[in-house]
Amino acid sequence: MNQREVIIIGSGPAGLSAAGILLRAGAHVAMFERSPLIGGQLIKQTHKFFGSQKQYAKTRGYDIAKKLYRDIEAYQDHFELHLEATVVAIYPDRVISVYRQGVYQKYQAQAIIIATGASERLLSFPNNDLPGIYGAGAVQTLMNLYGVLPGKNAVMVGSGNIGLIVSYQMMQAGVNVKAVLEAAPNIGGYKVHASKLRRLGVPIMTQTTVKRAIGMTAIEAIETIRLDEKWQPIEDTETTIPIDTLCISVGLTPMHQLLSMAGAEMRYISELGGCVPHMSSAHETSIRNIFACGDVTGIEEASSAIVEGQFIGLIVSERLGYALEGYHLLKHECTTELGILRCGPFGEKIRLGQQKLKGGSSCSND
Amino acid sequence: MLKRLGYPSLEQVKSCFPQQDVLLKPKAIIECYEAIPCNPCETSCPVHAITIGQDINHRPQLDVDRCTGCGMCIHSCPGLAICVVSLKQDQAIFKIPYEFLPLPHVSDVWHGVNRAGEVIAPVKILEVRSTPIQDHTHIVTVAIDQQYLYDFITIRSPHE
Ligand SMILES: Cc1cc2nc3c(=O)[nH]c(=O)nc-3n(C[C@H](O)[C@H](O)[C@H](O)COP(=O)(O)OP(=O)(O)OC[C@H]3O[C@@H](n4cnc5c(N)ncnc54)[C@H](O)[C@@H]3O)c2cc1C
Ligand code: SF4
Ligand code: SF4
Repeated sequence: MNQREVIIIGSGPAGLSAAGILLRAGAHVAMFERSPLIGGQLIKQTHKFFGSQKQYAKTRGYDIAKKLYRDIEAYQDHFELHLEATVVAIYPDRVISVYRQGVYQKYQAQAIIIATGASERLLSFPNNDLPGIYGAGAVQTLMNLYGVLPGKNAVMVGSGNIGLIVSYQMMQAGVNVKAVLEAAPNIGGYKVHASKLRRLGVPIMTQTTVKRAIGMTAIEAIETIRLDEKWQPIEDTETTIPIDTLCISVGLTPMHQLLSMAGAEMRYISELGGCVPHMSSAHETSIRNIFACGDVTGIEEASSAIVEGQFIGLIVSERLGYALEGYHLLKHECTTELGILRCGPFGEKIRLGQQKLKGGSSCSND
Repeated sequence: MLKRLGYPSLEQVKSCFPQQDVLLKPKAIIECYEAIPCNPCETSCPVHAITIGQDINHRPQLDVDRCTGCGMCIHSCPGLAICVVSLKQDQAIFKIPYEFLPLPHVSDVWHGVNRAGEVIAPVKILEVRSTPIQDHTHIVTVAIDQQYLYDFITIRSPHE
Protein backbone atom coordinates (compact mmCIF):
# COMPACT_ATOMS: atom_id res chain seq x y z
CA MET A 1 0.00 0.00 0.00
CA ASN A 2 1.17 3.53 -0.84
CA GLN A 3 1.46 5.68 2.28
CA ARG A 4 0.93 9.43 2.14
CA GLU A 5 0.77 12.13 4.76
CA VAL A 6 -2.30 14.06 3.57
CA ILE A 7 -4.61 13.15 0.71
CA ILE A 8 -6.91 15.75 -0.82
CA ILE A 9 -9.70 14.55 -3.09
CA GLY A 10 -10.79 17.22 -5.57
CA SER A 11 -8.85 20.19 -6.99
CA GLY A 12 -11.58 22.86 -6.83
CA PRO A 13 -11.11 26.07 -4.84
CA ALA A 14 -11.66 24.18 -1.55
CA GLY A 15 -9.06 21.48 -2.24
CA LEU A 16 -6.51 23.90 -3.70
CA SER A 17 -6.80 26.30 -0.77
CA ALA A 18 -6.41 23.50 1.77
CA ALA A 19 -3.33 22.31 -0.12
CA GLY A 20 -1.89 25.83 -0.17
CA ILE A 21 -1.95 26.11 3.64
CA LEU A 22 -0.75 22.55 4.28
CA LEU A 23 2.20 22.92 1.94
CA ARG A 24 3.12 26.25 3.47
CA ALA A 25 3.08 24.57 6.88
CA GLY A 26 5.48 21.89 5.63
CA ALA A 27 3.17 18.91 5.14
CA HIS A 28 3.33 16.50 2.20
CA VAL A 29 0.18 16.53 0.10
CA ALA A 30 -1.12 14.15 -2.55
CA MET A 31 -4.06 15.48 -4.57
CA PHE A 32 -6.40 13.36 -6.70
CA GLU A 33 -8.56 14.93 -9.39
CA ARG A 34 -10.76 12.98 -11.77
CA SER A 35 -10.69 15.65 -14.47
CA PRO A 36 -7.70 16.26 -16.79
CA LEU A 37 -7.61 19.88 -15.55
CA ILE A 38 -7.05 21.42 -12.17
CA GLY A 39 -9.52 23.91 -10.65
CA GLY A 40 -12.92 22.23 -10.32
CA GLN A 41 -15.83 24.50 -11.27
CA LEU A 42 -13.48 27.46 -11.65
CA ILE A 43 -11.98 26.45 -14.97
CA LYS A 44 -15.36 26.74 -16.70
CA GLN A 45 -16.14 30.18 -15.33
CA THR A 46 -15.32 32.94 -17.80
CA HIS A 47 -17.15 35.65 -15.85
CA LYS A 48 -15.73 37.91 -13.17
CA PHE A 49 -16.56 36.52 -9.74
CA PHE A 50 -18.61 38.40 -7.24
CA GLY A 51 -17.60 38.10 -3.62
CA SER A 52 -14.98 39.68 -1.42
CA GLN A 53 -11.86 41.09 -2.99
CA LYS A 54 -9.92 38.99 -0.43
CA GLN A 55 -11.14 35.84 -2.18
CA TYR A 56 -10.28 37.12 -5.64
CA ALA A 57 -13.62 38.74 -6.51
CA LYS A 58 -13.62 40.60 -9.85
CA THR A 59 -11.17 38.00 -11.16
CA ARG A 60 -12.46 35.64 -13.84
CA GLY A 61 -12.99 32.09 -12.56
CA TYR A 62 -10.29 30.41 -14.66
CA ASP A 63 -7.78 33.01 -13.47
CA ILE A 64 -8.70 32.31 -9.83
CA ALA A 65 -7.79 28.65 -10.44
CA LYS A 66 -4.43 29.75 -11.84
CA LYS A 67 -3.78 32.00 -8.86
CA LEU A 68 -4.63 29.27 -6.35
CA TYR A 69 -2.41 26.84 -8.21
CA ARG A 70 0.46 29.32 -8.28
CA ASP A 71 0.46 29.30 -4.45
CA ILE A 72 1.08 25.56 -4.60
CA GLU A 73 3.57 25.31 -7.45
CA ALA A 74 6.41 26.62 -5.29
CA TYR A 75 6.25 23.44 -3.18
CA GLN A 76 6.78 20.88 -5.95
CA ASP A 77 8.90 18.57 -3.78
CA HIS A 78 6.10 18.30 -1.18
CA PHE A 79 3.25 18.08 -3.64
CA GLU A 80 2.03 15.22 -5.75
CA LEU A 81 -0.74 15.83 -8.27
CA HIS A 82 -2.70 13.01 -9.90
CA LEU A 83 -4.96 14.15 -12.73
CA GLU A 84 -7.56 11.92 -14.43
CA ALA A 85 -7.43 9.96 -11.20
CA THR A 86 -10.86 9.16 -9.77
CA VAL A 87 -11.19 8.10 -6.17
CA VAL A 88 -13.68 5.26 -6.44
CA ALA A 89 -13.64 3.92 -2.90
CA ILE A 90 -12.74 5.00 0.60
CA TYR A 91 -12.57 3.09 3.88
CA PRO A 92 -12.76 4.26 7.49
CA ASP A 93 -9.07 3.44 8.07
CA ARG A 94 -8.25 6.25 5.61
CA VAL A 95 -7.56 4.01 2.67
CA ILE A 96 -8.66 5.10 -0.79
CA SER A 97 -8.80 3.26 -4.07
CA VAL A 98 -7.92 5.31 -7.14
CA TYR A 99 -8.84 4.45 -10.72
CA ARG A 100 -6.50 5.85 -13.34
CA GLN A 101 -6.11 4.76 -16.97
CA GLY A 102 -7.35 1.25 -16.38
CA VAL A 103 -5.39 0.71 -13.17
CA TYR A 104 -6.59 0.66 -9.56
CA GLN A 105 -4.21 1.73 -6.82
CA LYS A 106 -4.57 1.97 -3.07
CA TYR A 107 -3.27 4.75 -0.87
CA GLN A 108 -3.43 5.31 2.85
CA ALA A 109 -3.00 8.69 4.52
CA GLN A 110 -2.79 10.11 8.02
CA ALA A 111 -5.51 12.58 7.10
CA ILE A 112 -7.93 12.81 4.18
CA ILE A 113 -9.69 15.95 3.02
CA ILE A 114 -12.75 15.38 0.86
CA ALA A 115 -13.42 18.36 -1.43
CA THR A 116 -15.41 16.70 -4.20
CA GLY A 117 -17.79 19.61 -4.80
CA ALA A 118 -21.30 19.11 -6.14
CA SER A 119 -23.24 17.55 -8.97
CA GLU A 120 -26.17 18.97 -10.90
CA ARG A 121 -29.78 18.17 -10.17
CA LEU A 122 -31.96 17.00 -13.00
CA LEU A 123 -35.55 17.76 -13.84
CA SER A 124 -38.07 15.15 -14.87
CA PHE A 125 -40.49 15.90 -17.70
CA PRO A 126 -41.58 13.90 -20.75
CA ASN A 127 -38.79 13.47 -23.34
CA ASN A 128 -36.10 14.88 -21.05
CA ASP A 129 -33.65 12.41 -22.59
CA LEU A 130 -33.72 13.95 -26.08
CA PRO A 131 -30.36 15.03 -27.48
CA GLY A 132 -29.95 18.81 -27.09
CA ILE A 133 -31.02 18.80 -23.44
CA TYR A 134 -28.04 19.61 -21.22
CA GLY A 135 -27.17 20.49 -17.68
CA ALA A 136 -25.67 23.97 -17.32
CA GLY A 137 -22.31 22.40 -16.44
CA ALA A 138 -22.20 20.48 -19.71
CA VAL A 139 -22.98 23.62 -21.71
CA GLN A 140 -20.16 25.42 -19.92
CA THR A 141 -17.75 22.57 -20.57
CA LEU A 142 -18.63 22.54 -24.27
CA MET A 143 -18.40 26.30 -24.76
CA ASN A 144 -15.77 27.45 -22.33
CA LEU A 145 -13.38 24.50 -22.28
CA TYR A 146 -13.69 23.13 -25.80
CA GLY A 147 -15.03 26.09 -27.78
CA VAL A 148 -18.03 24.18 -29.09
CA LEU A 149 -21.45 25.85 -29.41
CA PRO A 150 -24.22 23.75 -27.84
CA GLY A 151 -26.75 25.03 -30.41
CA LYS A 152 -28.28 28.12 -31.96
CA ASN A 153 -31.49 28.75 -30.04
CA ALA A 154 -31.78 27.92 -26.38
CA VAL A 155 -34.01 28.11 -23.34
CA MET A 156 -32.63 28.02 -19.80
CA VAL A 157 -34.60 26.41 -16.99
CA GLY A 158 -33.74 27.99 -13.63
CA SER A 159 -32.96 31.60 -12.70
CA GLY A 160 -30.45 31.02 -9.92
CA ASN A 161 -27.03 32.59 -10.31
CA ILE A 162 -25.78 29.66 -12.38
CA GLY A 163 -28.77 29.79 -14.76
CA LEU A 164 -28.37 33.56 -15.19
CA ILE A 165 -24.59 33.47 -15.63
CA VAL A 166 -24.59 30.55 -18.06
CA SER A 167 -27.35 32.26 -20.09
CA TYR A 168 -25.17 35.37 -20.30
CA GLN A 169 -22.19 33.24 -21.37
CA MET A 170 -24.33 31.58 -24.06
CA MET A 171 -25.31 35.00 -25.41
CA GLN A 172 -21.62 35.99 -25.43
CA ALA A 173 -20.82 32.86 -27.39
CA GLY A 174 -23.51 33.67 -29.94
CA VAL A 175 -26.31 31.36 -28.81
CA ASN A 176 -29.70 33.06 -28.92
CA VAL A 177 -31.21 32.54 -25.46
CA LYS A 178 -34.95 32.88 -26.05
CA ALA A 179 -36.02 32.80 -22.41
CA VAL A 180 -35.11 31.86 -18.87
CA LEU A 181 -37.86 29.92 -17.09
CA GLU A 182 -38.33 30.06 -13.33
CA ALA A 183 -40.96 28.10 -11.42
CA ALA A 184 -40.84 30.35 -8.35
CA PRO A 185 -42.59 33.76 -8.25
CA ASN A 186 -39.25 35.59 -8.04
CA ILE A 187 -35.88 35.39 -9.77
CA GLY A 188 -33.55 33.18 -7.73
CA GLY A 189 -30.14 34.69 -8.41
CA TYR A 190 -28.62 38.10 -7.83
CA LYS A 191 -30.56 40.86 -9.57
CA VAL A 192 -27.39 42.37 -11.02
CA HIS A 193 -26.94 39.14 -13.01
CA ALA A 194 -30.62 39.17 -14.02
CA SER A 195 -30.37 42.80 -15.19
CA LYS A 196 -27.26 42.00 -17.23
CA LEU A 197 -29.27 39.41 -19.13
CA ARG A 198 -32.50 41.33 -19.33
CA ARG A 199 -30.84 44.30 -21.07
CA LEU A 200 -29.76 41.88 -23.80
CA GLY A 201 -33.45 41.31 -24.44
CA VAL A 202 -33.70 37.90 -22.76
CA PRO A 203 -37.07 37.56 -20.99
CA ILE A 204 -37.08 35.92 -17.56
CA MET A 205 -40.40 34.14 -17.16
CA THR A 206 -41.24 33.54 -13.50
CA GLN A 207 -43.93 31.06 -12.38
CA THR A 208 -43.29 29.13 -15.56
CA THR A 209 -41.81 25.70 -16.13
CA VAL A 210 -41.18 23.20 -18.90
CA LYS A 211 -44.08 20.83 -19.44
CA ARG A 212 -42.48 18.61 -22.05
CA ALA A 213 -39.83 18.50 -24.71
CA ILE A 214 -40.89 17.96 -28.31
CA GLY A 215 -38.82 16.21 -31.00
CA MET A 216 -38.13 12.89 -32.67
CA THR A 217 -34.35 12.40 -32.81
CA ALA A 218 -33.37 15.64 -31.06
CA ILE A 219 -35.13 18.46 -29.26
CA GLU A 220 -37.09 20.72 -31.64
CA ALA A 221 -39.24 22.69 -29.20
CA ILE A 222 -40.45 22.84 -25.64
CA GLU A 223 -43.88 23.36 -24.25
CA THR A 224 -43.93 25.69 -21.25
CA ILE A 225 -46.71 26.08 -18.72
CA ARG A 226 -47.51 28.72 -16.10
CA LEU A 227 -47.68 27.79 -12.42
CA ASP A 228 -49.87 29.22 -9.67
CA GLU A 229 -48.69 30.26 -6.18
CA LYS A 230 -48.79 26.64 -5.06
CA TRP A 231 -46.60 25.60 -7.97
CA GLN A 232 -49.55 23.86 -9.65
CA PRO A 233 -49.82 24.06 -13.46
CA ILE A 234 -52.50 26.44 -14.73
CA GLU A 235 -54.54 24.87 -17.51
CA ASP A 236 -54.50 26.36 -21.02
CA THR A 237 -51.37 28.42 -20.42
CA GLU A 238 -49.12 26.25 -22.56
CA THR A 239 -46.78 27.94 -25.05
CA THR A 240 -44.48 26.29 -27.55
CA ILE A 241 -40.97 27.65 -28.08
CA PRO A 242 -38.93 26.21 -30.98
CA ILE A 243 -35.35 25.57 -29.83
CA ASP A 244 -32.44 23.21 -30.42
CA THR A 245 -30.93 23.50 -26.94
CA LEU A 246 -32.51 23.22 -23.52
CA CYS A 247 -30.24 23.98 -20.61
CA ILE A 248 -31.24 22.84 -17.12
CA SER A 249 -29.96 24.65 -14.06
CA VAL A 250 -32.18 23.77 -11.14
CA GLY A 251 -29.58 23.50 -8.42
CA LEU A 252 -26.67 21.46 -7.21
CA THR A 253 -26.39 18.68 -4.70
CA PRO A 254 -23.27 17.76 -2.68
CA MET A 255 -21.16 14.88 -4.05
CA HIS A 256 -21.49 12.98 -0.81
CA GLN A 257 -20.86 9.46 -2.12
CA LEU A 258 -17.31 9.07 -0.80
CA LEU A 259 -18.31 10.40 2.61
CA SER A 260 -21.25 8.03 2.78
CA MET A 261 -19.05 5.16 1.66
CA ALA A 262 -16.52 5.90 4.38
CA GLY A 263 -19.34 5.55 6.88
CA ALA A 264 -19.33 9.18 8.00
CA GLU A 265 -22.49 10.27 9.77
CA MET A 266 -24.62 12.01 7.13
CA ARG A 267 -27.77 14.09 7.30
CA TYR A 268 -30.19 15.30 4.68
CA ILE A 269 -30.45 19.09 4.91
CA SER A 270 -32.43 20.62 2.07
CA GLU A 271 -31.01 24.11 2.71
CA LEU A 272 -27.51 22.77 2.09
CA GLY A 273 -28.55 20.98 -1.09
CA GLY A 274 -28.91 17.36 0.08
CA CYS A 275 -26.85 14.79 1.96
CA VAL A 276 -24.04 16.43 3.95
CA PRO A 277 -21.64 15.16 6.60
CA HIS A 278 -22.19 15.98 10.21
CA MET A 279 -19.00 17.72 11.27
CA SER A 280 -17.26 19.08 14.33
CA SER A 281 -16.45 22.78 14.49
CA ALA A 282 -13.07 21.76 13.02
CA HIS A 283 -14.82 20.39 9.92
CA GLU A 284 -13.87 16.86 10.93
CA THR A 285 -16.44 14.24 9.98
CA SER A 286 -17.59 11.61 12.45
CA ILE A 287 -14.56 9.58 11.34
CA ARG A 288 -11.35 10.78 12.93
CA ASN A 289 -8.92 12.43 10.51
CA ILE A 290 -11.39 12.52 7.62
CA PHE A 291 -12.32 16.12 6.90
CA ALA A 292 -14.59 17.78 4.32
CA CYS A 293 -14.82 21.28 2.87
CA GLY A 294 -16.40 23.26 0.03
CA ASP A 295 -19.62 22.49 -1.80
CA VAL A 296 -19.58 18.84 -0.60
CA THR A 297 -20.50 20.14 2.86
CA GLY A 298 -23.30 22.38 1.52
CA ILE A 299 -23.81 24.28 -1.73
CA GLU A 300 -22.27 27.71 -1.46
CA GLU A 301 -19.76 29.86 -3.30
CA ALA A 302 -16.14 29.71 -4.36
CA SER A 303 -15.41 32.46 -1.86
CA SER A 304 -16.57 30.34 1.08
CA ALA A 305 -14.99 27.20 -0.41
CA ILE A 306 -11.62 29.01 -0.43
CA VAL A 307 -11.90 30.09 3.20
CA GLU A 308 -13.15 26.67 4.34
CA GLY A 309 -10.23 25.06 2.53
CA GLN A 310 -7.77 27.36 4.25
CA PHE A 311 -9.42 26.66 7.60
CA ILE A 312 -9.14 22.90 7.18
CA GLY A 313 -5.60 23.27 5.94
CA LEU A 314 -4.80 24.94 9.25
CA ILE A 315 -6.61 22.34 11.36
CA VAL A 316 -4.97 19.41 9.61
CA SER A 317 -1.51 20.95 9.65
CA GLU A 318 -1.78 21.40 13.41
CA ARG A 319 -3.11 17.88 13.87
CA LEU A 320 -0.05 16.54 12.07
CA GLY A 321 2.30 18.60 14.19
CA TYR A 322 3.10 21.42 11.78
CA ALA A 323 2.35 24.68 13.48
CA LEU A 324 2.12 27.44 10.93
CA GLU A 325 3.28 30.82 12.22
CA GLY A 326 0.32 32.89 13.32
CA TYR A 327 -1.88 29.77 13.44
CA HIS A 328 -4.44 31.11 15.91
CA LEU A 329 -4.76 34.44 14.19
CA LEU A 330 -5.17 32.82 10.77
CA LYS A 331 -7.81 30.45 12.13
CA HIS A 332 -9.66 33.32 13.71
CA GLU A 333 -9.52 35.24 10.44
CA CYS A 334 -11.06 32.34 8.53
CA THR A 335 -13.94 32.05 11.00
CA THR A 336 -14.60 35.79 10.86
CA GLU A 337 -14.42 35.79 7.07
CA LEU A 338 -16.91 32.91 6.77
CA GLY A 339 -19.25 34.70 9.17
CA ILE A 340 -19.14 37.82 7.01
CA LEU A 341 -19.71 35.93 3.76
CA ARG A 342 -22.78 34.24 5.23
CA CYS A 343 -24.35 37.09 7.17
CA GLY A 344 -26.40 38.72 4.39
CA PRO A 345 -29.89 37.81 3.17
CA PHE A 346 -28.42 35.42 0.59
CA GLY A 347 -26.57 33.59 3.39
CA GLU A 348 -29.79 32.86 5.24
CA LYS A 349 -30.27 29.42 3.72
CA ILE A 350 -26.73 28.40 4.65
CA ARG A 351 -27.12 29.72 8.20
CA LEU A 352 -30.38 27.84 8.62
CA GLY A 353 -28.92 24.66 7.13
CA GLN A 354 -25.90 24.78 9.38
CA GLN A 355 -28.08 25.25 12.43
CA LYS A 356 -30.14 22.22 11.44
CA LEU A 357 -26.98 20.24 10.87
CA LYS A 358 -25.70 21.06 14.35
CA GLY A 359 -28.96 20.77 16.22
CA GLY A 360 -30.52 17.53 17.38
CA SER A 361 -27.67 15.28 16.47
CA SER A 362 -26.15 12.56 18.59
CA CYS A 363 -22.69 13.33 17.24
CA SER A 364 -20.39 14.97 19.77
CA ASN A 365 -18.47 18.10 18.91
CA ASP A 366 -14.86 18.22 19.94
CA MET B 1 -40.62 44.40 -10.70
CA LEU B 2 -36.87 43.87 -10.31
CA LYS B 3 -37.54 40.57 -8.55
CA ARG B 4 -39.92 39.28 -11.20
CA LEU B 5 -38.71 40.85 -14.43
CA GLY B 6 -35.05 41.46 -13.76
CA TYR B 7 -35.03 45.21 -14.30
CA PRO B 8 -35.74 48.09 -11.94
CA SER B 9 -38.60 50.60 -12.01
CA LEU B 10 -37.98 54.16 -13.23
CA GLU B 11 -38.21 55.29 -9.62
CA GLN B 12 -35.48 52.90 -8.57
CA VAL B 13 -33.30 54.03 -11.44
CA LYS B 14 -33.77 57.70 -10.54
CA SER B 15 -32.81 56.99 -6.93
CA CYS B 16 -29.31 56.09 -8.19
CA PHE B 17 -28.78 59.41 -9.96
CA PRO B 18 -27.64 62.66 -8.34
CA GLN B 19 -29.15 66.06 -9.23
CA GLN B 20 -28.64 66.84 -12.89
CA ASP B 21 -26.34 69.84 -12.23
CA VAL B 22 -23.92 67.48 -10.45
CA LEU B 23 -23.64 65.55 -13.72
CA LEU B 24 -21.91 68.43 -15.45
CA LYS B 25 -18.89 66.46 -14.28
CA PRO B 26 -18.75 62.70 -14.86
CA LYS B 27 -20.03 60.62 -11.93
CA ALA B 28 -20.46 56.93 -11.23
CA ILE B 29 -24.04 55.64 -11.25
CA ILE B 30 -24.26 52.46 -9.19
CA GLU B 31 -27.28 50.26 -9.74
CA CYS B 32 -26.84 47.62 -7.09
CA TYR B 33 -30.25 47.30 -5.45
CA GLU B 34 -29.76 44.20 -3.40
CA ALA B 35 -27.72 43.21 -0.34
CA ILE B 36 -25.28 40.68 -1.83
CA PRO B 37 -21.87 39.57 -0.53
CA CYS B 38 -19.72 41.57 -2.93
CA ASN B 39 -17.28 44.47 -2.70
CA PRO B 40 -14.85 44.95 -5.64
CA CYS B 41 -16.39 48.35 -6.45
CA GLU B 42 -15.33 49.61 -3.03
CA THR B 43 -11.81 48.19 -3.14
CA SER B 44 -11.15 49.35 -6.70
CA CYS B 45 -11.99 53.04 -6.25
CA PRO B 46 -8.73 55.00 -6.05
CA VAL B 47 -10.30 57.90 -4.12
CA HIS B 48 -12.47 55.81 -1.74
CA ALA B 49 -15.69 57.30 -3.03
CA ILE B 50 -17.57 53.98 -2.61
CA THR B 51 -18.26 52.57 0.84
CA ILE B 52 -19.57 49.10 1.65
CA GLY B 53 -17.76 48.42 4.90
CA GLN B 54 -16.71 45.38 6.91
CA ASP B 55 -19.97 43.55 6.24
CA ILE B 56 -19.66 43.11 2.49
CA ASN B 57 -23.40 42.41 2.26
CA HIS B 58 -24.13 46.11 2.63
CA ARG B 59 -25.11 48.00 -0.49
CA PRO B 60 -22.48 50.32 -1.95
CA GLN B 61 -22.84 54.00 -1.03
CA LEU B 62 -21.34 56.61 -3.34
CA ASP B 63 -19.86 59.87 -2.11
CA VAL B 64 -20.69 61.89 -5.22
CA ASP B 65 -18.42 64.78 -4.27
CA ARG B 66 -15.41 62.52 -4.06
CA CYS B 67 -16.09 60.61 -7.28
CA THR B 68 -13.85 61.83 -10.09
CA GLY B 69 -15.61 59.79 -12.76
CA CYS B 70 -12.39 57.88 -13.49
CA GLY B 71 -14.28 54.69 -14.36
CA MET B 72 -12.13 52.18 -12.43
CA CYS B 73 -15.23 50.77 -10.77
CA ILE B 74 -16.94 50.10 -14.12
CA HIS B 75 -14.86 47.09 -15.10
CA SER B 76 -14.31 45.99 -11.50
CA CYS B 77 -17.99 45.32 -10.90
CA PRO B 78 -18.79 41.67 -11.71
CA GLY B 79 -22.48 42.61 -11.91
CA LEU B 80 -21.82 45.18 -14.66
CA ALA B 81 -23.96 47.44 -12.52
CA ILE B 82 -21.92 50.64 -12.77
CA CYS B 83 -21.58 53.24 -15.50
CA VAL B 84 -20.19 56.78 -15.48
CA VAL B 85 -22.48 59.54 -16.71
CA SER B 86 -22.13 63.23 -17.52
CA LEU B 87 -24.23 65.82 -19.32
CA LYS B 88 -22.92 67.93 -22.16
CA GLN B 89 -25.33 70.36 -23.81
CA ASP B 90 -28.30 68.28 -24.94
CA GLN B 91 -26.35 65.00 -24.81
CA ALA B 92 -25.82 62.47 -22.07
CA ILE B 93 -22.38 60.90 -22.18
CA PHE B 94 -22.26 57.34 -20.83
CA LYS B 95 -19.23 55.17 -20.16
CA ILE B 96 -20.58 51.62 -20.07
CA PRO B 97 -19.10 48.15 -19.59
CA TYR B 98 -19.36 45.94 -22.68
CA GLU B 99 -18.42 42.26 -22.99
CA PHE B 100 -19.54 41.29 -26.50
CA LEU B 101 -17.89 40.95 -29.87
CA PRO B 102 -17.59 42.56 -32.33
CA LEU B 103 -16.72 45.84 -30.62
CA PRO B 104 -18.02 49.09 -32.04
CA HIS B 105 -15.65 51.58 -33.72
CA VAL B 106 -15.32 55.24 -32.85
CA SER B 107 -17.95 57.39 -34.63
CA ASP B 108 -20.14 54.36 -35.48
CA VAL B 109 -23.82 54.83 -34.77
CA TRP B 110 -25.26 51.92 -32.76
CA HIS B 111 -28.61 51.15 -31.16
CA GLY B 112 -29.15 52.52 -27.67
CA VAL B 113 -30.98 49.95 -25.53
CA ASN B 114 -33.02 50.28 -22.32
CA ARG B 115 -33.07 48.05 -19.25
CA ALA B 116 -35.77 45.82 -20.72
CA GLY B 117 -33.60 45.19 -23.76
CA GLU B 118 -35.58 47.39 -26.17
CA VAL B 119 -33.94 49.67 -28.74
CA ILE B 120 -34.76 53.28 -27.79
CA ALA B 121 -32.55 55.67 -29.79
CA PRO B 122 -29.36 55.87 -31.82
CA VAL B 123 -26.09 56.44 -29.94
CA LYS B 124 -22.81 57.72 -31.25
CA ILE B 125 -19.67 55.83 -30.22
CA LEU B 126 -17.07 58.26 -28.86
CA GLU B 127 -14.41 55.93 -27.46
CA VAL B 128 -13.67 52.21 -27.00
CA ARG B 129 -11.20 51.45 -24.24
CA SER B 130 -9.68 47.97 -23.64
CA THR B 131 -6.63 48.18 -21.39
CA PRO B 132 -5.18 45.02 -19.79
CA ILE B 133 -6.34 46.06 -16.31
CA GLN B 134 -9.95 45.94 -17.56
CA ASP B 135 -9.49 42.20 -18.14
CA HIS B 136 -11.74 41.95 -21.22
CA THR B 137 -14.51 44.18 -19.90
CA HIS B 138 -14.38 46.89 -22.56
CA ILE B 139 -15.48 50.40 -21.71
CA VAL B 140 -17.42 52.14 -24.43
CA THR B 141 -18.17 55.87 -24.27
CA VAL B 142 -21.32 56.91 -26.11
CA ALA B 143 -23.42 60.02 -26.58
CA ILE B 144 -27.22 59.85 -26.55
CA ASP B 145 -29.98 62.46 -26.46
CA GLN B 146 -30.35 63.71 -22.88
CA GLN B 147 -34.02 62.76 -22.73
CA TYR B 148 -32.91 59.13 -22.44
CA LEU B 149 -30.79 59.78 -19.33
CA TYR B 150 -32.84 57.39 -17.17
CA ASP B 151 -33.63 54.88 -19.93
CA PHE B 152 -30.36 54.11 -21.67
CA ILE B 153 -28.26 51.24 -20.31
CA THR B 154 -26.40 49.47 -23.12
CA ILE B 155 -25.68 49.31 -26.84
CA ARG B 156 -26.44 46.80 -29.56
CA SER B 157 -24.96 46.39 -32.99
CA PRO B 158 -27.23 47.66 -35.79
CA HIS B 159 -26.01 44.78 -37.97
CA GLU B 160 -27.55 41.98 -35.88
C1 LIG C 1 -21.93 28.89 -13.50
C2 LIG C 1 -21.35 29.07 -12.12
C3 LIG C 1 -21.02 30.36 -11.68
C4 LIG C 1 -20.45 30.56 -10.42
N1 LIG C 1 -20.13 31.84 -10.04
C5 LIG C 1 -19.56 32.07 -8.83
C6 LIG C 1 -19.16 33.38 -8.44
O1 LIG C 1 -19.30 34.36 -9.22
N2 LIG C 1 -18.61 33.57 -7.21
C7 LIG C 1 -18.43 32.52 -6.35
O2 LIG C 1 -17.90 32.73 -5.25
N3 LIG C 1 -18.80 31.25 -6.69
C8 LIG C 1 -19.37 31.00 -7.91
N4 LIG C 1 -19.74 29.72 -8.28
C9 LIG C 1 -19.64 28.64 -7.28
C10 LIG C 1 -18.29 27.98 -7.21
O3 LIG C 1 -17.79 27.67 -8.49
C11 LIG C 1 -18.38 26.71 -6.36
O4 LIG C 1 -19.05 27.00 -5.15
C12 LIG C 1 -17.00 26.20 -6.02
O5 LIG C 1 -16.32 25.83 -7.19
C13 LIG C 1 -17.03 25.01 -5.06
O6 LIG C 1 -15.71 24.59 -4.82
P1 LIG C 1 -15.33 23.11 -4.39
O7 LIG C 1 -13.84 23.11 -4.33
O8 LIG C 1 -16.09 22.75 -3.18
O9 LIG C 1 -15.86 22.15 -5.54
P2 LIG C 1 -15.60 22.07 -7.12
O10 LIG C 1 -15.12 23.34 -7.68
O11 LIG C 1 -16.83 21.48 -7.68
O12 LIG C 1 -14.41 21.01 -7.24
C14 LIG C 1 -14.56 19.65 -6.91
C15 LIG C 1 -13.54 18.84 -7.66
O13 LIG C 1 -13.53 17.51 -7.18
C16 LIG C 1 -13.36 16.62 -8.26
N5 LIG C 1 -13.88 15.30 -7.86
C17 LIG C 1 -15.16 14.98 -7.52
N6 LIG C 1 -15.26 13.68 -7.18
C18 LIG C 1 -14.03 13.15 -7.32
C19 LIG C 1 -13.49 11.83 -7.13
N7 LIG C 1 -14.25 10.83 -6.70
N8 LIG C 1 -12.17 11.63 -7.37
C20 LIG C 1 -11.37 12.67 -7.79
N9 LIG C 1 -11.84 13.92 -7.99
C21 LIG C 1 -13.14 14.17 -7.75
C22 LIG C 1 -14.15 17.26 -9.37
O14 LIG C 1 -13.74 16.80 -10.63
C23 LIG C 1 -13.83 18.74 -9.15
O15 LIG C 1 -12.70 19.14 -9.89
C24 LIG C 1 -20.27 29.46 -9.55
C25 LIG C 1 -20.59 28.17 -9.99
C26 LIG C 1 -21.11 27.95 -11.25
C27 LIG C 1 -21.44 26.56 -11.70
S1 SF4 D 1 -15.71 56.52 -11.15
FE1 SF4 D 1 -13.68 56.40 -10.20
S2 SF4 D 1 -13.80 57.85 -8.51
FE2 SF4 D 1 -15.90 57.48 -9.14
S3 SF4 D 1 -16.60 55.83 -7.80
FE3 SF4 D 1 -15.83 54.86 -9.67
S4 SF4 D 1 -13.70 54.38 -9.21
FE4 SF4 D 1 -14.36 55.85 -7.68
S1 SF4 E 1 -19.02 45.36 -7.33
FE1 SF4 E 1 -20.96 45.69 -8.45
S2 SF4 E 1 -22.27 43.97 -7.84
FE2 SF4 E 1 -20.57 44.05 -6.38
S3 SF4 E 1 -21.37 45.31 -4.67
FE3 SF4 E 1 -20.28 46.71 -6.07
S4 SF4 E 1 -21.87 47.47 -7.43
FE4 SF4 E 1 -22.72 45.67 -6.45
